[in-house]
Amino acid sequence: MFDLQGYGWTLWEGVQITLAVGVCAMALALVMGLLGAWGKLSRSKAGNIAANTYTTVIRGVPELLLILIVYYGTPTLIQGILAGMGRDVVIDVNPFLAGFITIGFIYGAFATEVFRGAFQSLDKGQIEAARAIGMSQTLAFRRVMLPQVWRYALPGLGNVWMVLIKATALISVIQLPELLRNADIAARNTKAPFTFYISACLIYLAITIVSMWGQQWAERWANRGVREA
Amino acid sequence: MNFEVIVQSIPDLLSGLLLTLEITVLSVFVGLVFSVPIALARVSKNPALWMPAYGYIFFFRGTPLLAQIFLIYYGSGQFVDQLEAIGLWPLFREAYFCAVLTLTLNTAGYTAEILRGAIRAVPRGEVEAAKACGMSGALLYRRIILPKAFRLALPAYGNEVVFLFQATSLVSVITLMDLTGISRIIVARSFAVYEIYITAGLIYLSITYLILGIFKRVEFRMLGHLRRRSDETAPGVAPAAEETGVGLR
Repeated sequence: MFDLQGYGWTLWEGVQITLAVGVCAMALALVMGLLGAWGKLSRSKAGNIAANTYTTVIRGVPELLLILIVYYGTPTLIQGILAGMGRDVVIDVNPFLAGFITIGFIYGAFATEVFRGAFQSLDKGQIEAARAIGMSQTLAFRRVMLPQVWRYALPGLGNVWMVLIKATALISVIQLPELLRNADIAARNTKAPFTFYISACLIYLAITIVSMWGQQWAERWANRGVREA
Repeated sequence: MNFEVIVQSIPDLLSGLLLTLEITVLSVFVGLVFSVPIALARVSKNPALWMPAYGYIFFFRGTPLLAQIFLIYYGSGQFVDQLEAIGLWPLFREAYFCAVLTLTLNTAGYTAEILRGAIRAVPRGEVEAAKACGMSGALLYRRIILPKAFRLALPAYGNEVVFLFQATSLVSVITLMDLTGISRIIVARSFAVYEIYITAGLIYLSITYLILGIFKRVEFRMLGHLRRRSDETAPGVAPAAEETGVGLR
């Protein structure tokens, strides 16, 4: 049943692209999450509104639709603008770029909530103390808040990563040769669809298991300076 | 922005929304029915029960839904002869059946995990009191543990329903004409990429928050006895952890 008929390498190449998209998207999600949490927690009205609109919209619209909007919509928009300026060009969006930007943008909204909760659980006294000894807001953020926030954010971020890596399968819809897409190609060529889709599923499960180990290790590392209750 | 295209395509989009809602309602209800025995097996101490339940939940939560849909819809093609022999092939040939089946099995896994957590969270004292009254086994579960667990699970389950509603957009990949599927067809015909997809997105957005609103109301009613009275000064029983907006699945 697990005769991959020489398509093992195709699957392996897919795994590499899946992981590459996942890591890039996660990096973007972390940046978006920090920005979003900053917007939600800041005193500026505009920041609040921007961050709340971001999370509300992202959570209300299916991921697949957002991927289609970015992948098919962006070239149309740019071409439309350029056509308005009298230039006629054809733009193709790279599926890798469109995929990781969309996924990163979507999971940034979830990371926003994680970071917001984590920043709120920081000890207020420490931040006041940092300001009292003359650290500027950015310095206090960099030296006092950011190193500690990971400890509170890690369980949530681990969750985001595990959901995100599964969401990368959606990019197969825009033909990026990631794991599911390559399994799809192999399934069509060999007429053994079950074999290849179940292999892909098992590989995703393996990624999840390894991620769970990684998360446990990271949480131990982040809590290394904290006395256990 | 071409508003004419939007207005013209609204009837088609709404017919797609109807299929989306139909698939959602069907999978939510059947999935909920499936999830209860799975959750009960999962909390059992008997390895012959909890191990398969653990494997089921782990598989459906650990793999992408799109891969599960492909596995069932295209994967069943590898077993045409066997399925034909037991008379199930006409069902598995249908994209609609495969889509509903996958979504049902998927949400049953997620819901079972939510229920497992809720069953674990039922206060020990209540279970002990019921046992002291002489309840055991099925009666204990039916009268005390499950009603309490359902109430505890409500906020997380609301999120699960929203996720399932959005996840139905994946059925468009296996040719079903749901809201996303119809949008893709209209976009391919009219090239009005932004107009159509954003309209569809707004429809999804409003239904999402409608579902969340309904769950908020149900929660408000079902947890009424835990609400603090306005004339009460001492903190009463802590209300269940409140979730704002949609959590992560």
